[in-house]
Amino acid sequence: MIEILQNIEYTPFLISFKLAGITTLILFLLCLPFAWYLSQTSSKVKPFLEAVTALPIVLPPSVLGFYILFALSQNSPVGAFFEEYFGIKLVFNFSGLVIASCFYSLPFMVQPLQSGFEGINKNMLEASYIAGKSKFETMLKVALPNIKPALLTAVIVTFAHTVGEFGVVLMVGGSIPGETKVASVAIYEMVEIMDYTSAHVYSAIMLVISFLVLLSVYIFNHKHNKKFNGFHQ
Amino acid sequence: MIKIDINKKLHGSNGVMDLNVELEIKEHSFVALAGESGSGKTTLLRILAGLEDSLGTLHIGDEIWLNDKFHMPTQKRGIGFVFQDYALFPNMSVEENLLYVAKDKKLAKHLLEVTQLSELSKRLPNTLSGGQKQRVSLCRAFMRRPKLLLMDEPLSALDPMMRTKLQNEILALHKEFGTTTIMVSHDPSEIYRLCGRVIVLEQGTIIHDGSPKEVLLRTKGSQKFSFEGELLDVVKVDVIYVVIISIGQQLVEVVATYDEVKNLRIGERVSISTKAFAPMID
Repeated sequence: MIEILQNIEYTPFLISFKLAGITTLILFLLCLPFAWYLSQTSSKVKPFLEAVTALPIVLPPSVLGFYILFALSQNSPVGAFFEEYFGIKLVFNFSGLVIASCFYSLPFMVQPLQSGFEGINKNMLEASYIAGKSKFETMLKVALPNIKPALLTAVIVTFAHTVGEFGVVLMVGGSIPGETKVASVAIYEMVEIMDYTSAHVYSAIMLVISFLVLLSVYIFNHKHNKKFNGFHQ
Repeated sequence: MIKIDINKKLHGSNGVMDLNVELEIKEHSFVALAGESGSGKTTLLRILAGLEDSLGTLHIGDEIWLNDKFHMPTQKRGIGFVFQDYALFPNMSVEENLLYVAKDKKLAKHLLEVTQLSELSKRLPNTLSGGQKQRVSLCRAFMRRPKLLLMDEPLSALDPMMRTKLQNEILALHKEFGTTTIMVSHDPSEIYRLCGRVIVLEQGTIIHDGSPKEVLLRTKGSQKFSFEGELLDVVKVDVIYVVIISIGQQLVEVVATYDEVKNLRIGERVSISTKAFAPMID
């Protein structure tokens, strides 16, 4: 048993976690102001923005992957621009994977943050404006510290969801060992070549990690709600 | 002097309503805003705070807060605001709630002493009682040494004992800081104790404006006592009737004849008054 575990190549896991970590960080920084804007605005473009944000949830990953692949390839203006001015190719490498993952996991970061911000007592935010604080400072010092469960949910679920992605990664990144071959793609290939032992080990690791991550989120939220019971009335 | 002349269309439960208020308020005065819910009191307060937009003008001393071309942001108005639901920052301790507004430790310490909250300064708001929370909120409103203090039914969620205590503290702080104060309130005794002037709104317009005595006292002519209450029950006892009426927080029994009770309906608002007798006050 130990021998089997020792002989297995763990690089795909490392790539999965590296990808998920970078994606989560980028999405957090981009989505924080965006989710705040969505929660505070009553503009007519809000439903439009919300619909676009939610698209990755309903679109088949192959459709999303196809569009991203097309947009980043040399045949599109975006891909051509990066190739020409920076000499960077954005498909079938890790950078392309990060960009694709950011689109794919976008709703999982935006939606919990937005609903967290929307659940905050409006008077509390107004009290901060009355105290002379700007909207940005209010978000940072009043809103954000009071949506910890939503914040944790957003970060953890985005991370976990990126680790779990398959279709988009395969379309945009292919399966280059050590570069774009993530754990989920590796499992797919193991099954294809009937290496069921490795597939079992990989799948079991994914299952356990995913379960532990979700469990810790729920335990934290449960404790937090108990401690601050009756906050967001 | 505060000069208010504003106009705003409100979409309330009774359809579209025009909030139309023209007012002058003297500096350092304490004014109550009364009227039924939906009459525009809270909106007026929010317009003064800059939390809602409006047509018209607002002049506060020599500053302009609102006119055709200009709307001063809430942040720059230098006001204090006390919300009915306290609106404290749950992630900050009592002291931090105050210092968030202004980094003036001396003032924070003084305010907490006046309101007897010094011992609670390190506690988080959700560990406090309603009365304590509202005192923190009151202290927080004074941290900017505001030119104008706005209070939206600050005491209506508290029990009568706590209300009286907080009224005294509000009065003490008002005396010390001399802040021009506008308070929305439904409670006549509160208005009488705190305010020098009452403005009553109905459907967005001012219907009464005067001293609490002129506006609130309900006795007319030779009446000595006059109360309004809700008729709860009529009980026949031998040849007379006993009528049970709820006045404020108290239930009162009144003896009545058949002629008096025959037109009364349970649940009605009634007024009871007496003439020419000498009440005992213990």
